[in-house]
Amino acid sequence: MFDTALTANDLVFLAKGAGITILVTAISVVIGTLLGILFGVIRVQLGPVWAAPLTFFLDIFRSVPLLIQLVLGNAFVGMVLQLQISGFTVACIVLSLYTSAYCAEIVRGGIDAVPEITRRAARSLGLTWGQDMRYIVLPLATRVALPSWIGLALGVMKDSALVYVVQVTELLKSTQILITRLQEPLFLLLICGAFYFVISFPLARFGGYLEKRWSND
Amino acid sequence: MIEIQNVRKSFGELEVLKGIDLTVQRGEVVTVIGGSGSGKSTLLTCINGLEPIDSGRITIDGTEVHAKSTNLNKLRRKVGIVFQQWNAFPHLTVLENVTLAPRKVLGMAKAEAEAIAEKQLRHVGLGDKLTTYPSRLSGGQQQRMAIARALAMSPDYMLFDEVTSALDPQLVGEVLETLKMLAEEGMTMICVTHEMGFARDVSKRVAFFHQGIMAEIGAPDQLFGDPQHPETQKFLANVR
Amino acid sequence: MFNYTFQWNQAFNRLPQMLDGALVTMEIAILSMALGIALAILLTVFRLSGSRPLMAFATTWVEIARNTPALFQIYMAHFGVASFGIHFSPFVSILIGITFNNAGYLTENFRGALKAIPDTQGRAGRSLGLTQLQSFRYIIAPQMLRISFLPMTNQMVWAILMTSLGVTVGMNSDLYGVTQDLNALTFRTFELFALAAVIFYLITKTITLGGRLIAARLFRY
Repeated sequence: MFDTALTANDLVFLAKGAGITILVTAISVVIGTLLGILFGVIRVQLGPVWAAPLTFFLDIFRSVPLLIQLVLGNAFVGMVLQLQISGFTVACIVLSLYTSAYCAEIVRGGIDAVPEITRRAARSLGLTWGQDMRYIVLPLATRVALPSWIGLALGVMKDSALVYVVQVTELLKSTQILITRLQEPLFLLLICGAFYFVISFPLARFGGYLEKRWSND
Repeated sequence: MIEIQNVRKSFGELEVLKGIDLTVQRGEVVTVIGGSGSGKSTLLTCINGLEPIDSGRITIDGTEVHAKSTNLNKLRRKVGIVFQQWNAFPHLTVLENVTLAPRKVLGMAKAEAEAIAEKQLRHVGLGDKLTTYPSRLSGGQQQRMAIARALAMSPDYMLFDEVTSALDPQLVGEVLETLKMLAEEGMTMICVTHEMGFARDVSKRVAFFHQGIMAEIGAPDQLFGDPQHPETQKFLANVR
Repeated sequence: MFNYTFQWNQAFNRLPQMLDGALVTMEIAILSMALGIALAILLTVFRLSGSRPLMAFATTWVEIARNTPALFQIYMAHFGVASFGIHFSPFVSILIGITFNNAGYLTENFRGALKAIPDTQGRAGRSLGLTQLQSFRYIIAPQMLRISFLPMTNQMVWAILMTSLGVTVGMNSDLYGVTQDLNALTFRTFELFALAAVIFYLITKTITLGGRLIAARLFRY
């Protein structure tokens, strides 16, 4: 091919980094989505006034750099609470909350997109709140929310590159370590970028396709 | 004078105009009727050069519309067109909608353009809506604004493309009244329309289009009273 | 409650330095937005040009900006280009990185805005004798601005948040960089970064609210 000092061991090292990226993303997206649905439904149920404290709390995660959230999370756990918790766990906790803040917004948007008159019709047929949610709101809201949610999940994967700050060696950090050692920045960065792109691009396209298809009817 | 000579026009495989000949004199009002897909609307967009033609020629006061050397932007100042969809510019007030072209195309000063616009808007009955945004207007009002917008360019010819077709029935009357008024003032007009009563009242000649051909043209009394072409007879029997 | 004594004074004493950093942060964000908008307009023109190489160039830009981490883009602007013997200062690298990202997202946005405006608007303009350029300038562009305005303020917020990544390429005069340096001096990590978080929060809220106020004034139709 061409001249590179990259060895098979280094590739395994990169692959491990990629594995951490996927793992952190998967854990945070799963927990963050569950929390986000909970927060989103609570916000809709309480209405804007009573939900204000929750809204404010979640808004912080969208208004402060993730890097600072991670540093603060780490400092809070380690220095203030003086707990021995791994950077990986801190990263997952912070990223989960970060995800939940955006997800709550998506869930709220999805529920709001279901016309009030549809819900009233459902309740007037004798459906309970839970049944209305399950059979009317959920399927309709999902159509609105799913494309955005795919975008969010991909966003979290890209943002997980920042967890290096709590000593988690994910893909981009692994790449940087190799760059320092091998001094081949462009080549290594291209491998790393290609990994993100290959995952993100098709899924983003799929999300766009869903959005287009569902907005037509 | 608008002269249309043997104009042909296709969209892909579909030939929508199959050799149209029509001459419209100054001060004349010609209405064009016919079923959908008869090519009548296409003809209007060809006259003002929004659509190219495949063969034949269209001249306006001796200027060939589709000649390469023709400055279409200049020619369009002479020929106003109003579409079925009224196309109000939503981000501009009623007055700004009407002054835009006089200012930017004719280079008029703001005050002058506003004076003309106000006059035209009052003419179509919108004198009290100058600072309103189009979203606050009814469809009929928006359509009348579109007419004033075209008139503000002091065109010699006006083309109307089914201007009442997208309106709620109760709003059709006010727009037709505006067109009638223009006709009475001597404006040269070609109106594509589905309103047979209007065609009968206003036009000097009525043309019936069928599948890309001008099947018949004549004075309204003759065309409505004693149609010659079998397709005209069929069409008129159906719309009544 | 905690075994930890908060020393908020340690952080508040450093507030002037941090506010200086906040100014640099805003400078980067504003510059990257101005450049990003200009480039996004250019990329949009490329996309509409009908020329295959220009369209491919614009699409590649947009897709890379949207499908790789912002931090990766900043690394490329700093470490990546070093492979070609180009060495940018941290300020230039972070500016290029964020601008690249802004331009990509905004281009996608402009595409959506253009799509939302019916073709008949441009046609109505041209039928009045406006040239294609005039139609765009007076009829299409103002309507695009309205549709894109809120997404643009969102992107501005993103730009502010992304400035924190400058530290990874050696930037130390922006709010995050200043905070990190102060942390190395005092080790009051929690207090310092909490204060930085509050400043970031206030900046982003100001942008969001300011954007809404401007939009309400600008778009009354």
